[in-house]
Amino acid sequence: MAVPKRKSSRSRRGMRRAHKSLKAPAVSVCPKCKSPKLPHRICPSCGTYRGKVFLTMEEEEF
Amino acid sequence: MRHRKKSRRLVGKWEHRKALLRNLLVALFIHERIQTTEAKAKELRRLADKMIVLAKRGDLAARRQALSILPDKAVVRKLFSEIKDRYAYRQSGFTRIVRIGPRRGDAAMMVIIELVTDKLEHKPAAKKEAPATTPEAKEKPAAEPVEEVKETEAAEAKAAESAPAQEEKVEETPQAVETAAEEASEAKEEAITAESSETTKEAEEETSTTSQEETKEEIKEESEKKA
Repeated sequence: MAVPKRKSSRSRRGMRRAHKSLKAPAVSVCPKCKSPKLPHRICPSCGTYRGKVFLTMEEEEF
Repeated sequence: MRHRKKSRRLVGKWEHRKALLRNLLVALFIHERIQTTEAKAKELRRLADKMIVLAKRGDLAARRQALSILPDKAVVRKLFSEIKDRYAYRQSGFTRIVRIGPRRGDAAMMVIIELVTDKLEHKPAAKKEAPATTPEAKEKPAAEPVEEVKETEAAEAKAAESAPAQEEKVEETPQAVETAAEEASEAKEEAITAESSETTKEAEEETSTTSQEETKEEIKEESEKKA
């Protein structure tokens, strides 16, 4: 069975992990309530998408 | 092999899948708007369009085809009367799918699928203009005292005439909401200075629909002052 001949050095390990960083999600701003939302989705805070209310929220702040 | 198999799998057996999609179809035509997962919605969209096309054909054969698919006669009746007439202007694309977000539990993307009855605002780019216009709206209250002095009775008459007309425009063409709302808000502010309480109510309603909350707040504040 194929087995590693040597322990990976700290350098090798670091080089392997250099491409593993997490990426922040692309967040856009809701044009109605100005809170952050994911693009192409209904705004979770005000329930609107492209000017139409899809989800009625329990209470609106303004 | 996947050759010539169009449908997503969704659930294991085809009988189960067929039953699932039929039930979803009935639910969609009854409620007009249902919440489901993205994969189911995208599959449902195909069938819903086919059903509405059948309904638009409208003859007895089409009705029987629809009855063979939909397990509910009342829904077929609705489809062949109400929904058929509603989409006389439209060839396809009778449904709209809007994403909500991942479901807690299995992180499935949830969507709302609905029968299209209205138009959404067209571009996010057009919405970016909205924050740009709000500063102008902010400046307006400062300029108002001057307008009050200059335009007295004539302005009142204009505002009273123009305001209802622009409301109708906004309702009919949601795409033109941006421009119409700007004009309307200008007109509304004049109307408010004319101390007509009815138009302020209308203004509040309209601005809420046009999703310009800053102008809405201003108008509210002004109406409170007047009151």
